[in-house]
Amino acid sequence: MTDSVLPQSLGDSARGDRWKPNRSLSKLTQKLIVLLFGAFAFVSVATTIGIVLTLIFETIEFFLEVSPWEFFTGTRWSPTFANPRFGIIVLLCGTFLTSVIGLLVAVPLGLLSAVCLSEYAPRSLRAWLKPALEILAGVPTVVFGYFALLMVTPFLKTFIPGLSTFNSLSAGLVLGFAVLPTIASLSEDAIFAVPLSLRQGSYALGATKRETVTGVVLPAALSGIVASIVLGVARAVGETMIVTLAAGQSPTLTLDPRSAVQTMTSFIVQITKGDAPYGSIEFKTLFAVGMTLFVITLVLNFFSFWFVRRFQEKYE
Amino acid sequence: MTVNSEQSPQLQETKANFNPNLKGRYRFDRVFKTISWIATFAGIVVLTVLLIGILVSGLSSLSFDFIVNPPSRKPEIAGIWPPLIGTICLLVITALFAFPVGVGSGIFLEEFSEDNLFAKAVEINISNLAAVPSIIYGLLGLFVFARIFEPVTGGRSLLSGGLTLALLILPVIIVATREALRAVPDSLRLAGMALGATRWQTVRSHVLPQALPGIMTGTILALSRAIGETAPLIVVGAATFVPFAPELSIKGLQSSFTAMPIQIFSWVSRPQDGFHEIAAGAIIVLMLVLLVMNGSAIWLRNKFQSNR
Repeated sequence: MTDSVLPQSLGDSARGDRWKPNRSLSKLTQKLIVLLFGAFAFVSVATTIGIVLTLIFETIEFFLEVSPWEFFTGTRWSPTFANPRFGIIVLLCGTFLTSVIGLLVAVPLGLLSAVCLSEYAPRSLRAWLKPALEILAGVPTVVFGYFALLMVTPFLKTFIPGLSTFNSLSAGLVLGFAVLPTIASLSEDAIFAVPLSLRQGSYALGATKRETVTGVVLPAALSGIVASIVLGVARAVGETMIVTLAAGQSPTLTLDPRSAVQTMTSFIVQITKGDAPYGSIEFKTLFAVGMTLFVITLVLNFFSFWFVRRFQEKYE
Repeated sequence: MTVNSEQSPQLQETKANFNPNLKGRYRFDRVFKTISWIATFAGIVVLTVLLIGILVSGLSSLSFDFIVNPPSRKPEIAGIWPPLIGTICLLVITALFAFPVGVGSGIFLEEFSEDNLFAKAVEINISNLAAVPSIIYGLLGLFVFARIFEPVTGGRSLLSGGLTLALLILPVIIVATREALRAVPDSLRLAGMALGATRWQTVRSHVLPQALPGIMTGTILALSRAIGETAPLIVVGAATFVPFAPELSIKGLQSSFTAMPIQIFSWVSRPQDGFHEIAAGAIIVLMLVLLVMNGSAIWLRNKFQSNR
């Protein structure tokens, strides 16, 4: 019966003539693929190694010409002048000032928005507010720079006398709004993950909603919140375009938020914009400053790892 | 009874201390709730003000000529053609390198690697790279791509810039790939291997197609981050004034380049108001490109979720 219906060739294949498993070829392909993809995975490790080696190599070159003592204790920064000075404290101070102003905005607003999104906002509204925050996170930083220099600074000038065109105040404020979505979104994940039973237990003891939030929910989510804040700090310290455009390029040792400062990142932009020749002292200075920046973010990262491991609460 | 008489002084003491003060606590609750709502909307308000401000000052400069003209020293006739093409070229180069390498690493880590030291090192490394400032990647690109590999890349060129951006978004693509692969049910893998397929055959023909929409979403979001990046490109050596769009050849890859964010940066940092207006116009174009990319990513994600 079946033989008459099926064409001859298919009948053959059904009997197994075309059954050639060729396992050795498949296994060879798999081996090659694993090797190739393993090499791809190594690219990300190589990136880290590359960053560290690059920075170390040029930083050593830098310290052969400039004494570490001057680098860490000098209070003037003028590497491009005829009489160069290399006091990194000046740039650290600028970075510190803009970051602190930014974090004064981003940490309270970010945490409060996280609490609001997770605890107070109705689910339907949350579905709209979270993507809106993500849009804020997706705005290119050069656009924030435009906003800080050409919209926020003129606005602040109307009621803050003595505010210069480039100032760390408006750069810091806008920096805060650029960092805010990072802190809000990651803290919200941590707060949202706290089990409902903890909240119910707190209500059962007679606590109000606010007391439950600040006394039970936030401490329970502490490790996630701290991790989000540390990542926010790293973003603020490494942020480039906002501070370059709005905080200016004058390396002065000041804590006055109305005047212009130079951060580590805006120094790197200033030098690279003007084509520094390889091997010049400016070129080496770039990497010494980059190394300082990298070490700061690395320390922050390790702190975050340690904190999360030490204080993470696991709930079933 | 004795128990009762023993407890009563304590009970009285507790009663004296027990002051619920519900009114005050509820008032504080309301204040806290209001403040947290204000904080939530502060971000939204700033976003709205920013967008409206840019639209108001930039819309007037948008025209067909603005898109196809080269930049100029006179803001009235300046356009964004070379940076726009530069951004598109960068996007293609970045995608060509970051997509296969990122997806390959993701597949390796999720499907093939055992729980060994290498896998762990890669994992820690990826989360570490996420916190490294983008300007540091710029220094890496300047040293490695623009200097050591100068004969290949042509120095501070389009290729160097694209490769630097590819390294920058690689961790994001790897993480997205791993999450998408993890969402594919194990039964699919088991079925494939039960039929005698090798691990790679199963992954290629069944697991990867299932995970692809998730991977694409993550990749598009990562690429949209890459084209907004300014700092690493400046450090690698993007030129702020390039009168011609790059050629579509190997020589074009090795030529000096500019990109939309670089052009915006250059115009914003000039003192004349005319340049500020065209900077706003360029920002509108850049944000439209980003909107299209993000929109397609969200569309893909929704389509994928409704299919499941």
